[in-house]
Amino acid sequence: MSTSTVTPPQPRTKQPNGTRFVNWASNYIDERTSISGAVKELGRKIFPDHWSFMLGEVALYSFIVILLSGTFLTLFFQASMAEVEYEGAYVPLKGVEMSVAMASTLDISFEIRGGLLMRQIHHWAALLFVASIGLHMLRVFFTGAFRKPRELNWVVGFILFILAMAEGFTGYSLPDDLLSGNGLRIIDGMVKGIPLIGTWISYLLFGGEFPGTDIVGRLYMLHIMVLPALVIAAIGIHMVLLIVNKHTQFAAPGRTNENVVGTPILPVFAAKAGGFFFLVFGVITLIAATVTINPIWNYGPYDPSPISAGTQPDWYIGFADGALRLIPPGWEFTIPWFTGGALTVSMNILVPIIVLGLFIVVVMFYPFFESWLTGDKREHHIADRPRNAPTRTAIGAAGVTFYAALWAAASSDLIATHFKLAVEHVTWGIQAMAVLGPFVAYWVTKRICLGLQKKDREIALHGYESGRIVRMPGGEYIEVHKPLSEYERWRLVSYTDYKPLMVRPNAEGKIGFWENVRGALSRWFFEDRIAPVTQKELESGHGHH
Amino acid sequence: MASDHGVVPSSGSAPVLPERPAGTAVISPDAIQNPGFPPERERVTDKDPAKAKRAERVVVSLFLLSIIGSVLAIAAYIAFPIHEGDLMSVRLNTLFFGLGVALALLAIGLGAVHWSKALMQGHDLVEYRHETRGSDATRARAVEIFQQANEESGFGRRKLLRNTLIGALAVSPLPAVVLLRDLAPAEDPVPLLKHTMWDEGVRLVLDPTGTPIRAADVTLGSAFHVIPEGLNEMHHGRLEEKAKAAVLLMRLKPEDLQVSPGREDWNYDGIVAYSKICTHVGCPVALYEQQTHHLLCPCHQSQFDIKREAAVIFGPAKRPLPQLPITVDDEGYLVARSDFTEPVGPSFWEREL
Repeated sequence: MSTSTVTPPQPRTKQPNGTRFVNWASNYIDERTSISGAVKELGRKIFPDHWSFMLGEVALYSFIVILLSGTFLTLFFQASMAEVEYEGAYVPLKGVEMSVAMASTLDISFEIRGGLLMRQIHHWAALLFVASIGLHMLRVFFTGAFRKPRELNWVVGFILFILAMAEGFTGYSLPDDLLSGNGLRIIDGMVKGIPLIGTWISYLLFGGEFPGTDIVGRLYMLHIMVLPALVIAAIGIHMVLLIVNKHTQFAAPGRTNENVVGTPILPVFAAKAGGFFFLVFGVITLIAATVTINPIWNYGPYDPSPISAGTQPDWYIGFADGALRLIPPGWEFTIPWFTGGALTVSMNILVPIIVLGLFIVVVMFYPFFESWLTGDKREHHIADRPRNAPTRTAIGAAGVTFYAALWAAASSDLIATHFKLAVEHVTWGIQAMAVLGPFVAYWVTKRICLGLQKKDREIALHGYESGRIVRMPGGEYIEVHKPLSEYERWRLVSYTDYKPLMVRPNAEGKIGFWENVRGALSRWFFEDRIAPVTQKELESGHGHH
Repeated sequence: MASDHGVVPSSGSAPVLPERPAGTAVISPDAIQNPGFPPERERVTDKDPAKAKRAERVVVSLFLLSIIGSVLAIAAYIAFPIHEGDLMSVRLNTLFFGLGVALALLAIGLGAVHWSKALMQGHDLVEYRHETRGSDATRARAVEIFQQANEESGFGRRKLLRNTLIGALAVSPLPAVVLLRDLAPAEDPVPLLKHTMWDEGVRLVLDPTGTPIRAADVTLGSAFHVIPEGLNEMHHGRLEEKAKAAVLLMRLKPEDLQVSPGREDWNYDGIVAYSKICTHVGCPVALYEQQTHHLLCPCHQSQFDIKREAAVIFGPAKRPLPQLPITVDDEGYLVARSDFTEPVGPSFWEREL
């Protein structure tokens, strides 16, 4: 419309309007923010490519979907436990007493166009959020991507996993329906089982006796304010550390511990990742449009008396619920107290809480354990293939098996009915799996890893089987092995190899207790190592075939 | 590409990171050397302009398809309104609006990814890593700044000043903790947990109708969900009371019941009432197996044997379900003889039994 008085107007042929606007806007913003520095630093940052690196992206994008859909839901949801008689559109519940929270959730589902879709997008995205975080963590664990300098980012990621579960639980408790109310009842029972403070914590949490009229409002505050703020802050730290540390990459020819090979943020990575966001969003929407989730109208409002058989929490709470189910009868005792009464100690609740707590602590601090064990202070940017760290991979498999056992236990009743078994037998089976399964998984996984490593060695040294059988002049049949190219071979031979720690006396001629422990653990870890092929082996190996 | 800040096409030599202790890692002098980058492979769209043109058309079509999806979603929002009470209208609205949005999103995603993979410059680039820690000079300067601050403030030197500050900071959140006391009412929770609405003469009524129950109507093998009379009429605290007072009523043959001393008159002619709230974590123990007289909690599968005073026979619960002593009143209706004689529901520290 008007031309700047300072810059003389330029002929249209030289600078199209669009370019002129972009130039003007970039200059305007940079003069006020110095943003060109950020573009210079980040614009051509390199991201390596591998399908497994997308798992963390799925988590990030489903979180954005959760924020978007959740914001819509807050426009209509009312976090009040005041009792009303339902007069909404869902006929079977007309006239039923329920809380305003439940009634407004039904209104969102049955009276707001797109409301049910948004609820289902929100719920499906939440399930995907926790699932993708879990898979992302497994990827990081099994490839050793938690090693220096990324130990702290592992901890931040782990906190995100916990926060995501807390977000999920507070979220599905909000509609105040029968299923979620029973979930809260279980939480109440668990809290009451904590010695000394449990009764009071429950009393304060629920604002009086269970269920009270406060809990939905309080969970809502946590769900839409405190927890999201913490999640966003943790994601921020996670991303900043990702940029500072740069991404790991898998071994490949030309890739070293000193470089990062891949596509630049602008334009390729941005296009791929941006496109991927829309794919994740689109898939969640497609599922939400076609598959019902959490049909609270089938459960009805919360009432402490009824319950439906086969109740299941959302999948990520399953392991905790399963842990409760696996405790054998009788794990509770009282201790006499000098007032004449007795104090009740509920081991049937404390043991699951302690075991889950320990499990979490072990997973969270594993990177520091491995770093202490190896004493390796170098930075590691090449992701391990799981087989090349057999003991770590076996420990991971043991952990996964333990988690899977607890998770399966949360469905013990459904497993029993589906497979026509007695629920007692299913429970005993899963109890055995939780205790013995990790050891079996450890042993099997370690053997498989060592086997794969040996196979890799064999292929690296002698080439792969070509399938071509040749008859030698003497009548002998042999299969021709084709040698690998040096590029193919590199993937098989380039991995960090550790040997067991040789415990040595210190300056005073003593061997400390912890040094002995470290030596023993190090033997356990690295005794069965398969060393990578060396140049010499390769040269002598070539002559054989 | 000088403008690319350390990013170079796949060539050139890498900087060497400083040596750090490798612990028990084996560093073999005879390790096989990295062969370097393999020759680049061109994509069909690099070699054949027709293929590139085709890829471009695909991407354009996808973006156009996305616009169509958005328009369809808006059209579906209008074309499939929700009619009150008509579940099918909700279903159609959700489905078609959702499908339109999904199409719009998926087409953008597919288009952008295809564009990046088929048409954008596809060669890998290399960026060098530097050690994460700051350079020695930066670290030295950081230490210097802290020392300077320490000196200028006297933080390390004036120990009393520092320690009182730490003390004040540590104590200052305590009022905030105290502030949380009124999250719950002033009264002590423990007595509340030990009493329910049941009392001498309170009638047993059906949940949820509130109909009183005649002993004669409780046939052998039946099970009723029961609440105390008056509960339904409560305006405040109804669910809290129900969460403690819910009861299951069953009739067994009197000779099938094992009755312990002191409980002889707690059942009425084989009719027994037990708390429905699980002694594990408080779910309703709602599943009754008529043949075995076992109660099963659907949450964590604790099982209670009604023949043996609801003793735990399986699952994580420890204590039997508390029994409600019952009898009949003059009119033949079932009534409670008293409250439960022990706290119902999940265990808690101050339970004292």
